[in-house]
Amino acid sequence: MFYRESGQFKASYAADQAVFPIRQDQYGIAAILLVAFFVIPYMGDEYFFQAIMVPVLIFSLAAIGLNILTGYCGQLSLGTGGFMAVGAVACYKLTTAFPELNFIIVLLLSGVITAMVGLLFGIPSLRIKGFYLAVATLAAQFFLSWLFNKVAWFQNYAPSGTITMPPREVFGVLVTGAASNAMHRYLFCLIFVIVLAMAAKNLVRGPIGRSWMAIRDMDIAAELIGFRPFQTKLLAFSVSSFYVGVAGAMALSLWLGSVETAEAFDINVSFQVLFMIIIGGLGSMMGSFLGAAFIILTPIVLTNVMVGSLGFQAVTAKHFEFMFFGGMIIMFLIVEPQGLARLWQILKEKLRLWPFPY
Amino acid sequence: MSAAEALEPETILSVENITLSFGAVRAIRDVSFDIRKGEIRAIIGPNGAGKTSMLNVINGFYHPQEGRIMFRGAVRKQMKPHEAAAGGIARTFQNVALFRGMTTLDNIMTGRNLKMDKWRTSLIPAMFYYGPTQKEEIKHREYVERVIEFLEIEAIRKTPVGRLPYGLQKRVELGRALAAEPDLLLLDEPMAGMNLEEKEDMCRFVLDVNDEFGTTIALIEHDMGVVMDLSDRVVVLDHGEKIADGTPEDVKSNQNVIDAYLGVSH
Amino acid sequence: MEFLNLVLLDQIRDILEFPSFFFEVVFGGLMSGVMYSLVALGFVLIFKASGVFNFSQGVFALFAALTLVGLMTGTMPFSLEKSLPALPVWLAIAVTFGVMIVLAILVERIVLRPLVNQDQIIMFMSTIGLAFVLEGLGDTMWGSGVKALDVGIPSGNFMVGEIQIQVFDLWAAGIAAFLVVVLAVFFQKTRTGRALRAVADDHQAALSVGIPLRNIWVVVWSAAGLVALVAGIMWGSKSGVQFSLSLIALKALPVLILGGFTSVPGAIVGGLIIGVGEKVAEVYWGPLVNGAIENWFAYVVALVFLLFRPQGLFGDKIIERV
Repeated sequence: MFYRESGQFKASYAADQAVFPIRQDQYGIAAILLVAFFVIPYMGDEYFFQAIMVPVLIFSLAAIGLNILTGYCGQLSLGTGGFMAVGAVACYKLTTAFPELNFIIVLLLSGVITAMVGLLFGIPSLRIKGFYLAVATLAAQFFLSWLFNKVAWFQNYAPSGTITMPPREVFGVLVTGAASNAMHRYLFCLIFVIVLAMAAKNLVRGPIGRSWMAIRDMDIAAELIGFRPFQTKLLAFSVSSFYVGVAGAMALSLWLGSVETAEAFDINVSFQVLFMIIIGGLGSMMGSFLGAAFIILTPIVLTNVMVGSLGFQAVTAKHFEFMFFGGMIIMFLIVEPQGLARLWQILKEKLRLWPFPY
Repeated sequence: MSAAEALEPETILSVENITLSFGAVRAIRDVSFDIRKGEIRAIIGPNGAGKTSMLNVINGFYHPQEGRIMFRGAVRKQMKPHEAAAGGIARTFQNVALFRGMTTLDNIMTGRNLKMDKWRTSLIPAMFYYGPTQKEEIKHREYVERVIEFLEIEAIRKTPVGRLPYGLQKRVELGRALAAEPDLLLLDEPMAGMNLEEKEDMCRFVLDVNDEFGTTIALIEHDMGVVMDLSDRVVVLDHGEKIADGTPEDVKSNQNVIDAYLGVSH
Repeated sequence: MEFLNLVLLDQIRDILEFPSFFFEVVFGGLMSGVMYSLVALGFVLIFKASGVFNFSQGVFALFAALTLVGLMTGTMPFSLEKSLPALPVWLAIAVTFGVMIVLAILVERIVLRPLVNQDQIIMFMSTIGLAFVLEGLGDTMWGSGVKALDVGIPSGNFMVGEIQIQVFDLWAAGIAAFLVVVLAVFFQKTRTGRALRAVADDHQAALSVGIPLRNIWVVVWSAAGLVALVAGIMWGSKSGVQFSLSLIALKALPVLILGGFTSVPGAIVGGLIIGVGEKVAEVYWGPLVNGAIENWFAYVVALVFLLFRPQGLFGDKIIERV
């Protein structure tokens, strides 16, 4: 009853092309941002930030990255973990080699480096598509994992084989390292992710996004009306890898602190991020956030309920989690391939007409 | 300049001695014809005559083994898809080839891609959106809205095309081609599978496009009534070879054409 | 020159100097190759008949092996207690095959039927989901520890000249070859096989001449289940039944790229090439770069193939139409 767009007229194309054209949506998003910035920082504790909010934000960014490539441009990738590893290692190498370099610049440069690596592995997409490409990205996953594990230079010759993020400040506030405050890390993640997510949204709603979707939906027709498939796909590969790389860099610096690259960003991470965009919604920015929240929160809830309340063994809960995720994937692909985001949209459409069925 | 002399002044495109084969299968054999500026040129022939393959050769999707293509005075062995698009050749497809996941508006906007400013729609401005990219979007949106108005599809502007009925999809596809402001429009069976009313609408659009924008049109069509009414000149293909070329009246009375369509008694 | 020595000539010298060691490496590789071939064969069967790229094929092998071990040790599913009578090998194999058939029917009912006519990529992702379900289910039903499997394939070894040959490997190769022959006869000579090939060519055309598509899919998935069972038995007997078994599924992907997605001989030859190639690369070139190149060698070979010959060694050339 309150969710109506009647009476809201758009007098210009600019207003018609806005991200949230309906006023109620604008209020909603403003409310969410207010809570995220002004309520959560005072309500949450260390565990809440470290185990839930920070990983959800970081994986949202990774999911946005994969969604650009898979959801918008239609190129399946199973190498997300590998590209996150590139971002993490790039961040580590940059910040240890140039300690004075601003941390924000370090994160962005890590993304740029990952984008270049992504470009390299995107070259086969010139001739192949679908799961053929998936195999090419698997090559990236396994080769990169191996590379960072075996070549000691990438770990600054640390005997343990792990990379550890040194403490870094942003505008005088410590955001990385063991001594940093979890709430500060959360706020930094929040701002960074929101800015990058807006940039991604701008890309996909404009001419570049249309070129990606054209390639996804009908590559031959796209080529015949003047898109260059190769350039378009490579752009998707590099932008996607940029986001995934920044997410990897953030995972190292703002979340995990210290990782063994090959283990922290293995093939399971690739699947995890893929599941996020399938469940959240292929080709939806909102879905990337919803999917990341779903995939991060589900194991926590499952463990709490099954182990904490019902007395199952932790390993049983783990196996159940496998089945649950697998089942969810199949269910979403069958029932709603556009994921949670589409369910949300349907709810809004129903709400718009409520209490009438049509 | 022999090439320029060979072309008549008003010829926009001509194909000469085109031969196209897939392995051992000869799809087109030694076919030549031309398309004059401003005319409606029909390509007809029984199924498997090589009509669609011919269009694919013209806009560079297939590469012929022999022959040459002259487009606006430039001679090529073969076209490349983006060259054809950039040169002002737009096209619709036999089986609708729209971008199913996108709205009508976005589909037609894709037709503008070559008209958009390269820098204003490049990565960095597009990430900020507000500013150059938005200006460019709105400028082209205005043209697209004119196309939408012309085709009378205002009501489905924001509908994903996958949900539209077939007749409307064909219309949206025509819109996408028109958005490119083409000099030469290739229509591959624009009226296939339509009912009478939809056909009449489509005929009207084709004639209007030709009249108002002066767009040259080459179309493939099976409905002889439509072909005879619309086209200025007709070329007839059969088994990959040209068997007739001329005005609708000439072609209608040509013995080869009658044989090809009705069969010959041996 | 020094570089050439390091990356090429030294290795060639090694091979020429100790050829028997080289042949042992090659035989070791052939054995893994047989495994890859078997999994790839399961992929090809399903891909040809339903156009589905079954990512869960490797987990099928794991699931089959787990079930077999469970039956042979008389384990009660889910409770993991050994409260059932232990079945003899032949009966356990038969029952496991039955389980795989039931699984094929369930997959057809629950996953394939609702997704018919969807994009290949959607089907592919749904089989990733299937892999996760089966992995979780297998572990929950039968426990997740490493289990030994012995179905009575003879072991031991003998020498041919200076080369040591494992009897088990010969048996494995023999069984695999037999399986391929059986499948080939089934596809080429029987009525069902002909229907299968028709379905592979065109689903709708096959339907329109009265071929029951659903039954065909069940048959194909059951056949793939059988192949998975054989692969599971052999891999499990050699290195124990454990989670890593499902990882050979991933290796089968590059094998398919090499052999072509629709070619049975391609799957076999591709598997053997990858198996031998990665062993030889690991042994002779691995030490140069700290080893473990087995992990990615197959994928990088596939990548190179994708760039230069996307249809694989035996695949059909892809012609695009508008």
